Amino acid sequence: MTDAVIDAATFAELQEAAGSEFVAELVGTFLEEAPGMLAELRSARAAGDGERFRRAAHSLKSNCNTFGALGLGLMAREIELRGLQADAAQDAAALDTLDAAYAKVDAALRELIRG
Amino acid sequence: MARSTARLLVADDNKVNRLLLQRSLQLQGHQVFLAENGRVALEMLRADSYDLLLLDIAMPEMDGFQVLESLRGDLRLRDLPVIVTSAVEGMDSVVRCIESGAEDYLPKPVNAVLLKARIGASLEKKRLRDQQKELVRRFATREVADDLDASGFALGGHRVEATVMFSDIRGFTAISELLPPEETIELLNTYYTLMFDAISGQGGVVNQMIGDGLMAIFGAPLALPDPCGSAVRAAQEMLEMVELFNLEPDRAGKTAMQIGIGIATGSVIAGYTGTDQRATYTCVGDTVNLAARLEAHTKVAGRAILIDAATQAALDGGTATEPIGAVHFKGKAGAVEVYAIQAA
Repeated sequence: MTDAVIDAATFAELQEAAGSEFVAELVGTFLEEAPGMLAELRSARAAGDGERFRRAAHSLKSNCNTFGALGLGLMAREIELRGLQADAAQDAAALDTLDAAYAKVDAALRELIRG
Repeated sequence: MARSTARLLVADDNKVNRLLLQRSLQLQGHQVFLAENGRVALEMLRADSYDLLLLDIAMPEMDGFQVLESLRGDLRLRDLPVIVTSAVEGMDSVVRCIESGAEDYLPKPVNAVLLKARIGASLEKKRLRDQQKELVRRFATREVADDLDASGFALGGHRVEATVMFSDIRGFTAISELLPPEETIELLNTYYTLMFDAISGQGGVVNQMIGDGLMAIFGAPLALPDPCGSAVRAAQEMLEMVELFNLEPDRAGKTAMQIGIGIATGSVIAGYTGTDQRATYTCVGDTVNLAARLEAHTKVAGRAILIDAATQAALDGGTATEPIGAVHFKGKAGAVEVYAIQAA
């Protein structure tokens, strides 16, 4: 994927609407909350709880789109719409990919609010 | 232009969404309160008063659809404007929100400009609705307004047991001819204030005012445990109030106000009569006619309060009544037993 990890236009728009300082705080909140959502996805998968699984993916998707993390948002969206798969291993693989993508978003967002 | 500040409640389980909505709304000058799921939101709405709810759909404990359902079933909250903000996908979810009573739907991430416009429009609509309700309350009684609120408006009626009261000022035309118009209206307003207090204090509903006369209903649209007793107690209080009014210093040297009251009990047809454009809550039927006739008869009998046999039979021993014999009234086939209430 050649797209930027964080869509610059979306992020700038957010800063414009809510103020840069506030967005920096909001990013901080997201970076605190997101690992919990990723953990919730794994725990819901382990418990076989489809509703929690979808809701966690939904929450992550929603926040990604807010900050312009469009790639990660799309992955979360796919997981939300698909729900639990019969083959748990497939979900596990998808969650691994999601974790890796999140790591990049985490780094990119930290870079953005520092700069 | 002064910016209108509203009290807004945001219900969202996602902290980032909550904070961002809070920020956007505060920037628009509103007071913002936060709830982290539907259950908490509903508790807050029931405990306090808000102008608008921004509601997420996917939430643990109680989701947005359940909140909308609960609001619809709540008389006090069902007019609260709700704007759903959600990233839930699919047209059917949007349709379900609107059908469940949401005013509007904004997809997430919420665009701040659109949010401002939608909130402005919703608050304006709420302001108009509140104004309308206020008008209904001014021109109808609280009971009728609640009845309208609960069941909506439909012409047509139903048969209910009720006690009907008619009252008017004796010789009011003569009194008013001696007074300047402003004083006549002031006198009427004082009279109505006193009568309304006595009637509503006993659970009655004044449903018609014609000149110096009024009609009140006890037991409809809301049932009363003892409509006859309530009507008679109200009548006695009305007399006392008029006596006190006549004793006021500024009434010295003026013609004393005297009233006559007729009360009858029985089956009446209650409901909204009129047209779709102009209607009123009223009661009609024999019982209503009888109460009006009894009121007119107070002049003939020289008594302040006259009641029919059905009202008399329902009174407990605490009220002294005196039979004054059977009276033939216009429109009534047989003679009617009439009782006078002795002064309390």
